[in-house]
Amino acid sequence: MQVIDAKGIYYRDLNQKVREAVAKGEKEVLLKNVNGQYYIGDGLNGESTITIEGVPGNDLAAFMDGPTLIVKDNAQDNISNTMNSGKVIIHGNAGDVLGYGMRGGKLHIRGNVGYRVGIHMKGYKKQAPVIIAGGKAGDFFGEYMAGGILILLNLDGEKDSRPTVGDYAGTGMHGGVIFIRGEVDKKLCGAEVGITDPDEEDIKLLKEHLTDYCKDFNLNIDEIMKGSFKKLTPASLRPYGNLYAY
Amino acid sequence: MSHNFHKDISGCGLAGIINKDGKRISGSSISKSLCLMNDRGNGLGAGYAAYGIYPEYKELYAFHIMYDEPACQRDTEEYLKKNYRIEKKEPMPTAPVESITISPMIWRYFVKPLSEKAERDAADLRDDDFVVRTVMKINSEIGGAYVFSSGKNMGAFKGVGMPGEIARFFRIEEYEGYIWTGHTRFPTNTPGWWGGAHPFTLLDWSIVHNGEISSYGINKRYLEMYGYKLTLLTDTEVVTYLFDLLVRKHGLDVLTACTALASPFWKNIDDLQEDEKNAMTALRMVYASALMNGPFSILFGHSKGLVGFNDRIKLRPLVAATKGKTVYMASEESAIREICPSPEKIWAPRAGEPVIAELEG
Repeated sequence: MQVIDAKGIYYRDLNQKVREAVAKGEKEVLLKNVNGQYYIGDGLNGESTITIEGVPGNDLAAFMDGPTLIVKDNAQDNISNTMNSGKVIIHGNAGDVLGYGMRGGKLHIRGNVGYRVGIHMKGYKKQAPVIIAGGKAGDFFGEYMAGGILILLNLDGEKDSRPTVGDYAGTGMHGGVIFIRGEVDKKLCGAEVGITDPDEEDIKLLKEHLTDYCKDFNLNIDEIMKGSFKKLTPASLRPYGNLYAY
Repeated sequence: MSHNFHKDISGCGLAGIINKDGKRISGSSISKSLCLMNDRGNGLGAGYAAYGIYPEYKELYAFHIMYDEPACQRDTEEYLKKNYRIEKKEPMPTAPVESITISPMIWRYFVKPLSEKAERDAADLRDDDFVVRTVMKINSEIGGAYVFSSGKNMGAFKGVGMPGEIARFFRIEEYEGYIWTGHTRFPTNTPGWWGGAHPFTLLDWSIVHNGEISSYGINKRYLEMYGYKLTLLTDTEVVTYLFDLLVRKHGLDVLTACTALASPFWKNIDDLQEDEKNAMTALRMVYASALMNGPFSILFGHSKGLVGFNDRIKLRPLVAATKGKTVYMASEESAIREICPSPEKIWAPRAGEPVIAELEG
């Protein structure tokens, strides 16, 4: 394992060290004392696991294709932008605009997430990105979603009065699926969204993804599956298909 | 680092600290926090506001004025002498900074409006109103002179440079305040110049802002009806004057003022209880022209507190944290952790819901 002390290091220099380690074939990299450095793991290929101690800066894991990033603390905005494959595990909360245009791989967050999570997420056949958040989400969850899977769990229950998912959930959604543990108020969803109960196939899919999630955070899958889920899907595959065809 | 260094991130950065027990701390903390977000700015503007820094002159208005040339100073001082008792006048203490090659002449005055002036009596102006009128007059009528700070026991320090450079230039670490705000600028629509750096202040109010006030034109015309003159070539100026109007002149509390400026959408108002719905409808209608549209996160400082708030759909970042009697706010969590590694609580405020921290007692 290679240990890199990131204290006070500018993001360019830090990321160069990380890329050099991965290029050398280092499978385990530990970044200590990270605070605010941007772009960690961006465009990185291969199979390495990079563990981050401290709060990494914005644009973590953008365009990442393969590696696993483990963040022991909170993380900031714009994580997994257009990520292609690999995995990001965040033990704390994460910020806004997560998984923007994400096209593969997994993003697991133990805590709350901010606004515009899963915006423009897409998927096709085997390219099936998954974002799972253990807490609550802000507004515009799954906005313009075109593919992939978003799961929101609200594991810590009613600590405050805000609903599990924020306003404008799934606005402009035309593909993919959102699962929310607990009830969903139709008023908080975009006009394009249909709310149903998950069927057996859905539950199987949920259990498969959540089993992996539970392993990352040492959680009990049976406890989580005890809760009821709602499934949000686009009511029409082509909501604007007639826009220019009167 | 030169101002032309590769910059690939945009977005301005802001930071604020308040010690609710009134304990004063050096400006080195806020500067350290802000410098972590250097890449959010591009060297075309940075600044600080500090409260509690002039206890020995706390009854007097502290004017910080920038002049393009000596003639501007002569004209300004001529006006000041006629209308104010000038207790103290001095060049702003600065230190040479290699990268700051051009700066205006910057002077500091501790003043009290003369009470016997006929101009004031006729208009029945209180001291604060007269100071506001003075700031508007100098900024709009004396070319090349800008009052960029006019409160009591507080001050703004700002210019063209990176946050660390501006801190060294103004010797920020030598001041002690119980509230600090800071800003690093990435100008997008308006020029980067000394007067256009944040904070924007008037009396005790100070604003640092990340984003755009898309409603600037409407807000500007609305403020002009009340005698404000918008001279600083950038949108943030309206926020400072809107708070002055709503809080000082109209007597709204801070929460109500924030609600008027970033009001709930009509669809959310429709869902409220009848009396709340009526109150909110009235607020939106009365202050329709004060509504701030566009993406923003803002820190609003005043002598008794610090407020952080976002636009209604959270198009700009804001994080808040607490530790003991101290409340921190910043564009990025890491900027807070840089000066407070283990806060007791750290969270991202919701859109349109202000974080209000006030001095105790």
